Amino acid sequence: MKLTLHIWRQKSPDDKGGFKTYHVDNLNRDMSFLEMLDVLNQQLIEKGEEPVAFENDCREGICGMCGMMINGLAHGGMKGSTTCQLPLRYFKDGAELTIEPWRSKAFPVLKDLIVDRSAFDRIIQAGGYISVNTGNAPDANSTLISRDTAELAMDYAECIGCGACVAACPNGAAMLFMSAKIAHFSLLPQGQVEADRRVKSMVQQMQQEAFGACTNYAECEVACPKEISISAIARMNHDYLKAFWPGKVVGGGKHVA
Amino acid sequence: MDTSLGFYGSSIGKKMWMAVTGIIMFLFVFVHMIGNLQIYIGPEALNRYGHFLHSVPEILWPVRIILLACVLVHIVAAVQVWYQSYGARGPVNYKIKKDPAVDYAARTMVWSGPIILLFIIFHLMHLTLGSVYQLHYTANGQIDVYRNVVSGFQHPGIAIIYIVANLLLGFHLYHGLWSLFQTLGWSHPRFNHWRRIFAIIFAYAIAIGNISIPVSVWAGWVH
Repeated sequence: MKLTLHIWRQKSPDDKGGFKTYHVDNLNRDMSFLEMLDVLNQQLIEKGEEPVAFENDCREGICGMCGMMINGLAHGGMKGSTTCQLPLRYFKDGAELTIEPWRSKAFPVLKDLIVDRSAFDRIIQAGGYISVNTGNAPDANSTLISRDTAELAMDYAECIGCGACVAACPNGAAMLFMSAKIAHFSLLPQGQVEADRRVKSMVQQMQQEAFGACTNYAECEVACPKEISISAIARMNHDYLKAFWPGKVVGGGKHVA
Repeated sequence: MDTSLGFYGSSIGKKMWMAVTGIIMFLFVFVHMIGNLQIYIGPEALNRYGHFLHSVPEILWPVRIILLACVLVHIVAAVQVWYQSYGARGPVNYKIKKDPAVDYAARTMVWSGPIILLFIIFHLMHLTLGSVYQLHYTANGQIDVYRNVVSGFQHPGIAIIYIVANLLLGFHLYHGLWSLFQTLGWSHPRFNHWRRIFAIIFAYAIAIGNISIPVSVWAGWVH
């Protein structure tokens, strides 16, 4: 199959950047989207041009690196799929695709389709530690967690930090990422001592980064390649309110009384 | 670990204030709409209700002050939340951006809100302060609520302002009444599908209830 690609090219963070059009032929419809970009880059290298820079690592939808905007939809818009999992058969033969990097003040473009997502790392760092005993691994079933709770925590833990929620949000908010991380931990018994401090500190870090604010558009939920529900955001909000509820040790997780 | 920001410092805290003040204003608007429907019972009922509301200043003024405070907090927080998102997209915008999930009501909150504010000011000038035109009084010198409403809505311009404003209020509530559950963290698979139904029922009830009055005056059913 054939594709016409309008790809954002930007040499460096300071470069103005712009779209360039490429035609790629002889594509296999079962190729992944990144394999298609590999084919394009091979052509560019053979012609002596600079290949398109894009981030990728696992190519199986778990590393969160390959995010890009394809025709206005994060990761191309296929339900529950990252760009690397997106097959070319998802598009029509001869389709015209516009490929852009995530657009967010908090994610500056480094080169072409690569953005700097270290704002996410700083939020994770702000989450801090949890208090657990070191030493041997604990005995199985020594900490009981109900099946439903474990499953829900696992649903939130699926977040791969790809940034699609920020990219898709009309406000450029990072709430789905934030809340997936916070809800994942707040559901589990480990780290409950730090729960209040954690949500306060992570929200504060988010506030200091250049992310927007949530207005419940729910655009993130649709864009998320891991199909994380905005129920995570409600849980984070609940945890945030709880952390400030009167009758708490400042920054602590236990009731005073 | 820095936790010095404080509750209101984050957009989450601001939005919780918006949700709580929104609930108070929603309850007021709903009760106000129910009270207004007494116009269909007749002039005596509506006038008696209007005079009753003004009869105890010790209740009237605290309610007015609380509502005014809610309006102010709601607006200040909304502007701050909006400002945080302003420019968050970065220096360059998308060439193509699709928003499959955003509905019309959610997208226009930032417009329906200020327009409703202008309407509230107009509404107070019209029926409370009487600065749009001379208000009517009954034979015993009390304000004739019924006559003021009917003669106001017989004016097409005023009727249209009320109809448009209440349509926008319906849109605003359609998003707001659902949104507040998310903001306040009221989410559970057991009742989540009811949140949208709740928002639809009350957004429609308030919009239709209020709009029915100018329409009825226009149609000559209330005169």
